[in-house]
Amino acid sequence: MNANFEPRIVGFLCNWCTYAAADTAGVSRMEQPPNVDIIRVMCSGRVDPVFILKAFAEGADGVIVSGCHPPGDCHYQQGNYKTFRRMPLVEALLAQYGIEKERFHWGWISGAEAPKWAQLVRDFTEQVRALGPLNWKRMFESKED
Amino acid sequence: MPEDTKGTKNGKLKLGLYWAASCGGCEIAIVELREKILDLDAAADILFWPCAMDFKYKDVEAMPDGHIDVCLFNGAIRTSENEHVAHLLRQKSKVLVAFGSCAHLGGIPGLGNLFDRQSIFERAYLEAPSVDNPEGILPQTSCQLPEGEVTIPYFYNTVKSLAQVEDVDYFIPGCPPQAPQIWAVVEAILSGNLPPKGSVVGANEKTVCDECEHKREEKRIKKFYRPHEIIPDHERCLFDQGIICAGPATRGGCGALCPSVDMPCRGCYGPPPNVIDQGAALLSAVASVVDADTEEEAARIVGEIVDPVGTFYRFGLPASLLHRSKLEEGS
Repeated sequence: MNANFEPRIVGFLCNWCTYAAADTAGVSRMEQPPNVDIIRVMCSGRVDPVFILKAFAEGADGVIVSGCHPPGDCHYQQGNYKTFRRMPLVEALLAQYGIEKERFHWGWISGAEAPKWAQLVRDFTEQVRALGPLNWKRMFESKED
Repeated sequence: MPEDTKGTKNGKLKLGLYWAASCGGCEIAIVELREKILDLDAAADILFWPCAMDFKYKDVEAMPDGHIDVCLFNGAIRTSENEHVAHLLRQKSKVLVAFGSCAHLGGIPGLGNLFDRQSIFERAYLEAPSVDNPEGILPQTSCQLPEGEVTIPYFYNTVKSLAQVEDVDYFIPGCPPQAPQIWAVVEAILSGNLPPKGSVVGANEKTVCDECEHKREEKRIKKFYRPHEIIPDHERCLFDQGIICAGPATRGGCGALCPSVDMPCRGCYGPPPNVIDQGAALLSAVASVVDADTEEEAARIVGEIVDPVGTFYRFGLPASLLHRSKLEEGS
């Protein structure tokens, strides 16, 4: 049944590393499914938890946050430190909400790691596809409950 | 408010008060007006107040539409009865006010949104250590007795705020709203000097930190403490000391009551203006003070926070972005 399901995944990528990798992956015609909607942010440390929650609330089946490798790769010195301090808490929050941990990925991909990005897109898309649709809004469609 | 809203024979304001899913603290908050309650009585006729006076729903149903000038509605929407009365009072009131955290954002009952009807019933009626229920009876909406059919309201899976089921004119936040703020709102109503519809009244436009007298320094936290694990310094910011305080993510207006006695803010006044999701804002504030230079250390420090949803969304889960935990289809 899940074979026909095309997951919608939102990817927040930092301008300086992972976005560059995704760009290179595309220009180099690396094979990857078209399921990730990429949103370029200036830094993974800019990704407010609200972005992630709103993506899920409005219909995303999975979310990726990816930036520059710590320590040292960050264009803004320590922006990625903000990311690794914040994301474990987001993970814990999503777990309490009952959102499977396989639907959320955060990590680091440098501008030189285009194949790693393409691999992540392939793997993550299949991982989310296997879980099926999240469809958060359905829980509020019935007027009764 | 337009002039014709005070069209009673004696010229008094017609007031209604109701409690839905709430603890009764909001009713106490009204009584906390103390001697001013006599002024309230002089200015207003109370047409409906089930907690304090003997009224029936049929008394409200018999009123013409828009008969009540102002209805202060406290409590969340937990059952079909709560929702029914919300619709009824909307119909019968010119101004409907969501009064207190539960009506405003879902409040403490809203934490039930981490569970569903089935698991709440099982816990409350089967598993709790003090329960004696050998036949495993769970509440039914309808039951046949020799005298006839007995019905009780339907218990929803999801707690909602008042604005999620009805059109609300104003919001008075707080668990409970503070008496001086309530009185300020009553005075505004009496003078007809009300802000635009949908406003949060009886509160400030800044955060609790703005009213708090603790001294702030740079925050660098190696370990978070729960309130019972530490005796805080009375002068320094509680957050600086590692106690998770919702002050930075909470609307002011209470006078920073909790921090003034060294208890961290719990967030009952809801998000400040322009904040979409109070819990996400508090989560960001918490993560930003973590003093960790490696991923492992950061994960360890924030991993010690017990119950993140309950901590960050203590009073506002139903009104937050995700509203509740995931429900399996068909449950």
